Amino acid sequence: MKPGSQHRLAQAITLLATLWAETACAHVLKDEAYGFLTGFLHPISGADHVLAMVAVGLWSAQLGPPAIWVLPVAFPLVMAMGGMLGFLGVPLPGVEYGIAASAILLGAAVAFELRPPIVMAGLLVGIFAIFHGHAHGTELPLGQSALLYSMGFVIATGCLHAVGIGIGTVHRWTWGQKILRAAGTIVAAGGFFFLWKAVA
Amino acid sequence: MITVRSPQARSLVALVIALTCGPAEAHLNATGMGPIYDGLMHFLLSPEDLVPALALALLAGLRGAPYGRRALFTLPIAWLLGSLFGMTAAAVSIGALFASIWFLLLGGLVAADAKLSIKVMTALSALLGLVHGYLNGTGMGESVSAVIAVLGIAAGVSVLVALVAAFVVKLRAHWARIAVRVGGSWIAASGLLMLGWSMRGF
Repeated sequence: MKPGSQHRLAQAITLLATLWAETACAHVLKDEAYGFLTGFLHPISGADHVLAMVAVGLWSAQLGPPAIWVLPVAFPLVMAMGGMLGFLGVPLPGVEYGIAASAILLGAAVAFELRPPIVMAGLLVGIFAIFHGHAHGTELPLGQSALLYSMGFVIATGCLHAVGIGIGTVHRWTWGQKILRAAGTIVAAGGFFFLWKAVA
Repeated sequence: MITVRSPQARSLVALVIALTCGPAEAHLNATGMGPIYDGLMHFLLSPEDLVPALALALLAGLRGAPYGRRALFTLPIAWLLGSLFGMTAAAVSIGALFASIWFLLLGGLVAADAKLSIKVMTALSALLGLVHGYLNGTGMGESVSAVIAVLGIAAGVSVLVALVAAFVVKLRAHWARIAVRVGGSWIAASGLLMLGWSMRGF
């Protein structure tokens, strides 16, 4: 990036930070869903969610267009549906198993560079997104700013996908492909760990 | 007088100011900015109004300059009219539900890169402006300062639509248009979560 572009980007980020600033409530009660930051931190506070969401980005990058944008668009939308079900108290059996399975299967998909049709990939990601969303929906505390919380929550999820896609850009090199497959193996291993925790 | 010359130092100073800023106090007369700026700041600091207008501007920008121009003239005028109608009514508390529906609808249309006709774009702009304007106007009273504040809101809507739609119209790179659509999916997903939240009655 050129120095001038970097400067303009820094100015744009600063302007956005200024416009979106909130009251600095230093004494927000524990677990209170107060605003954007609380919502933003929620998805990245659980390693199982982080692994699966980054894996979606890695797999999207491996698959290339159109999956590179279809999967990250599908996941937050379907996750929000799952979150809505969780909010409304609609039961979903085996949520923890589903989340662990998502890390295992998405990690395996990256490790083995699986290339199913885009519809199949979207369906797989969508099904797992429901489990992640439902878990978040049922765990959400009572709060005051549903709007800012929801926006922070979704943007954090999207950023995790973007991190995965960013890492996945190394796929263009032979050594990068090997690293990605290794990363997929690590994600799958993490999934097995969370499955063991859910069963135990 | 101390001057800061390097761009990095200027950005650092601006970042420190941003991080140490206090409450925005959009509704306080003590801001001293006057009712028109109070109205403007109310719009810019209210995501339930700002984000649907942003989504509409993104949608218009994706469709091209004629759509952007139509939204630019329809939305602020409808917002102004809706606000003036709303000023005669008592305050209502269904704003979050309406906002979540607009998030879902407009965000979904942006994500799908929906090929709308210009008539549908006009209708969407008018409806969004009338509904959110009405909700803005309710409870404001019929004073002169309230009317001026409403003008500030309409000015904010106009500036936002002009800037965002023009920015998106100029985007030619495929990935940039995809990024706009991803942004739309995030807006729609936020709307879904808010809808669930509203239905549960938090």
